[in-house]
Amino acid sequence: MSEQLALLPGYLTAHLQLTLLALLSSAAVSLPLGVALTRIRWLEQPVLSVAGVIQTIPSLALLAVMVPLLASLGLRSIGFLPAFIGLTLYGVLPMLRNTVTGIAGVDPALKEAARAVGMTPAQQLRRVELPLAMPVIVAGIRTATVWTVGIATLSTPVGATSLGNYIFSGLQTRNYAAVLVGCVAAAALAMLLDGLVRALEIGVRTRRRRRVGVVVAAMAALYLYTGLTLVAALLPRGGRPVTIGAKGFTEQYILAHLLGQWVERETGRLTTQMQSLGSMVAFDALAAGDIDVYVDYSGTLWANQMGRETVGMDRATVLAEVGAFLAARYGIQVAATLGFENAYAIAMRARDAELMRLTRISDLAPLARGLSMGGDYEFFSRPEWTAIRDTYGLAFKEQRTMDPALMYQAVAEGAVDLISAFTTDGRISAYDLRVLEDDRAAIPPYDALILVSARLAREWPDVLAALTRLEGSVDVDAMRRMNLAVDEHGAAPSTVAADYLRRVLSQRIGPSVPERDARSGTAP
Amino acid sequence: MIELRHLTKQYDEQVAVRDLSLTVSEGELLVLLGGSGSGKTTTLKMINRLIEPSAGSVLVDGRDVAELAPHDLRRRIGYTFQQVGLFPHMTIAENVGVTPALLGWSDSEIRHRVDELLELVELDPDETRDRRPDQLSGGQQQRVGVARALAARPRLMLLDEPFGALDPLTRHRLQQSFIRIRRELGLTAVFVTHDMVEALVLGDRIAVMRAGRLVQIGTPGTLMREPADDYVRLLLDTPRRDARLVAALLEATS
Repeated sequence: MSEQLALLPGYLTAHLQLTLLALLSSAAVSLPLGVALTRIRWLEQPVLSVAGVIQTIPSLALLAVMVPLLASLGLRSIGFLPAFIGLTLYGVLPMLRNTVTGIAGVDPALKEAARAVGMTPAQQLRRVELPLAMPVIVAGIRTATVWTVGIATLSTPVGATSLGNYIFSGLQTRNYAAVLVGCVAAAALAMLLDGLVRALEIGVRTRRRRRVGVVVAAMAALYLYTGLTLVAALLPRGGRPVTIGAKGFTEQYILAHLLGQWVERETGRLTTQMQSLGSMVAFDALAAGDIDVYVDYSGTLWANQMGRETVGMDRATVLAEVGAFLAARYGIQVAATLGFENAYAIAMRARDAELMRLTRISDLAPLARGLSMGGDYEFFSRPEWTAIRDTYGLAFKEQRTMDPALMYQAVAEGAVDLISAFTTDGRISAYDLRVLEDDRAAIPPYDALILVSARLAREWPDVLAALTRLEGSVDVDAMRRMNLAVDEHGAAPSTVAADYLRRVLSQRIGPSVPERDARSGTAP
Repeated sequence: MIELRHLTKQYDEQVAVRDLSLTVSEGELLVLLGGSGSGKTTTLKMINRLIEPSAGSVLVDGRDVAELAPHDLRRRIGYTFQQVGLFPHMTIAENVGVTPALLGWSDSEIRHRVDELLELVELDPDETRDRRPDQLSGGQQQRVGVARALAARPRLMLLDEPFGALDPLTRHRLQQSFIRIRRELGLTAVFVTHDMVEALVLGDRIAVMRAGRLVQIGTPGTLMREPADDYVRLLLDTPRRDARLVAALLEATS
């Protein structure tokens, strides 16, 4: 818990930055627009419809869609910007609708009186319509505030730090203390901001100068803090840190920490993490140079980025061709192969496998109609699944998509009969599962690769050299043990990585003696 | 002081006011009388440009109102209407002082004027000044409405059924107050009503309107003696008919 709380200032500050700036720009868009709509009535319905449609897009999807959209415009597509724009769009509707409704709802008699006493249109707005619409407008701002604070927790997968980092990594690593901290902090922040807006409105309405002053000061302080921390983050401090990406599962968190700690120790450079990225987001981010390093798997790139046939491919061919493809197309370099494979596998309860006398996927085909299969979010839409299905002629009674963190438990408890397991997951043995043999080689090899961006290779040869020395440094057993330590024993990914680095890597590789050079020097 | 020339207001297919011309002299109170849909309110609102005419013109003191900025025009013309329209987020003093504030009067001038006006409309300034409109009765609110209309010392006042929503006793008291105030200030006024008694009590002249047209204009005496048609005769006869009805009822019950 205390380890989690140590992360709180950073996450909370980032969350505040996102929320406050998004709310400010939502308001800057929707309040004037709302006023304009009450003047140009024929625009009202079309504009409100557009805002309504934006609102119906699931928030996670809206944020995710910003990534390719910004990338196609040549802007920074990962991190603060997509989350900020997505949240801004989300906050527009409640403020816009309430501004329009509030002003339209002002008693026509009062509007007539305002004109009749000799107010100009601007005076009618400022002295009569806005004050009378204020409670409704403020209600819209409060709705937007609470929504934005909540939805900002979904910024994590697009690379923006927020309290969502607690929730996403906590769910993946089964660290429910982290999830709790994230939820409670987000709820508290929502209540605080909502309370401030409410207090301001009451103060203004009842004309309590001091109360208004206190609230305005509190808000100004929050915005000042946000502005200062943002500026501080933008200022170069000992150079730009090396940004290490991680997709949203345990192994990736551990490896990101491992790479980060290694680079810091070997090069003295600062590193920073961008965690819980979507699978495709991570690759796009590396290609765009928004992150500098992350670990991906040869088969994933082979099947998804290159769109190649997966059946019957051998490890060396895939490795060689993936490397050539990445370099030619994106300038991305493979710094090292870590030394283990994390392949997709079909796993089931060992007891059932024995009862049904199943050892190979081929054995499964005649029984498939009576079985249900669980897969992670991507699995059933990935080309690898198509290849497995077609190669073995599998047609299950039911296919269920679920969170990878819950798949193992689901199969162990009998909620599904089979799952798309990851071969490095320690829970295969911990839950007494059996991996069925891919006897027709439908599943490609999945060597874990350290990928570095073209920019890193160009600008930081020392970092590249350090990463290159990690060649062959993690075998499959080591990876499984580390995964299990986090998933089942509740260890923190950073601690597990640090442990491994201290106990194993240092002895095997040694800090300043590059293994490769030594080896090539003594080659016969 | 006011001259309406061939004033017409048309909404799509419907004509609300058709080719209406009349004049109101300095210090006169003209009643616009007619049923609902007769165009009397539309006519009134074209004088201070709350409604813009489709054709024709309005002259106030010889100047075409279309040449003035609407807000400047309205600051010089008092306006009260049935719904009163006091601003609920302002105190009574702020409501009364709204036009002087728009005209840039100093705070002390406004404060002085507000008290003067509250006394004029028979409200206690000390008791009323800092209250909110919803803390006053309907009659008191309309008194404040009249005070607000008079705040910037207009010489012309437009009234759209100002006492229409009040109970009979309150209405009577406000009518009496208004007669006194008008005499004291020498106001020119156009007063819209559908109440025959009110028209007779207040009007120097009465303009009878029907279906957007001016049917007849003249003093109450002229209208009674020489009604232009059956509609005017019937209209002018209502008070007497009501009186006879009441007398008959009284006789029957005694």
